[in-house]
Amino acid sequence: MSVDKNMNVLIVDDYKTMLRIIRNLLRQLGFINIEEATDGSMALQMMREGNFGLVISDWNMEPMTGLQLLREVRADAKLKPTPFIMVTAESKSENVIAAKEAGVSNYIVKPFNAETLKAKMVSVLGEF
Amino acid sequence: MSAGKIDKDLALRLDELRREHGDTVRLDRVAEVVRSLLSTMSGDLDAKDIRLYQELEALANYIHAARAEIAALRPDEIQNHYIASATDELDAIVGATESATNEILDACEQLETMLTDLPPEMGQRLTDATTRIYEACNFQDITGQRITKVVRALKHIEQKIEALVAAFGPAEPTAEATPPPPEAAADEVKQVTDEDLLNGPQLPERASRQADIDALFASFD
Repeated sequence: MSVDKNMNVLIVDDYKTMLRIIRNLLRQLGFINIEEATDGSMALQMMREGNFGLVISDWNMEPMTGLQLLREVRADAKLKPTPFIMVTAESKSENVIAAKEAGVSNYIVKPFNAETLKAKMVSVLGEF
Repeated sequence: MSAGKIDKDLALRLDELRREHGDTVRLDRVAEVVRSLLSTMSGDLDAKDIRLYQELEALANYIHAARAEIAALRPDEIQNHYIASATDELDAIVGATESATNEILDACEQLETMLTDLPPEMGQRLTDATTRIYEACNFQDITGQRITKVVRALKHIEQKIEALVAAFGPAEPTAEATPPPPEAAADEVKQVTDEDLLNGPQLPERASRQADIDALFASFD
């Protein structure tokens, strides 16, 4: 099954420049319906109100971190199946383990390149 | 020897002195009484007690010296001047690189609007180039996070210094041990050297604008 590039993608980062970078990279990959949130609680609210095919989230945010968002998403019956990629500078093994245990779909360490972003998206969504 | 016994002996000697000399006593007689009293006391102290008192005295001297040395380091100045200044400078770095990154992103996005006007091969090359720029702009986020960690570490040091200042109190260091604060030192040095002029970039709120520089420059004409 091919990936629908018209799907809604939610990117979450408290750093607006990073949101802009990810948005542009996604646009170059052909994804055009991109929405932004600046912390986990805002993202959760948007997810409950909308319909997102992929979440790409930073970890270190306030008041709700990316990990807390991930746990909330996985605990919500409706949101649970949503693919969730963590994009973070937190690169210690315990971080990756914690994210994996919380149900993360894939994990990207900052700084990252477009190739890595695409590869992780393919691993989560399938070829596009 | 109990404190009561010492007081009693002392009272007896004082009474004796008053009988002999009235209320006016020569200094050498006072010294004699003190010596006598001390010798009586030392007879009641064993070697361990004396050693303990010596250790305590040495410790007191050490603390006193440490206090003077810490005061000479001007921890309040480190806290109020250097650390505050360092955190401001680091915040300015984050602000400036963020601003520059956004300018770069603006330019890239503008370039991408031209894609439709270009032949496909050239368009692809332009896309590849802008992708690399977007990737490189990742540095801003990492830089910001690293600097935030440094600022946090500085704030931690600041708290420790604050605790140190509170613990040792406002000790007055000796004059020769106290270096003048930077501003005061600068005031004393009337001769401005080339090095004095090397202050690096100013924080935005303190920096002169080009218009200010132009006005100053024109004032020499």
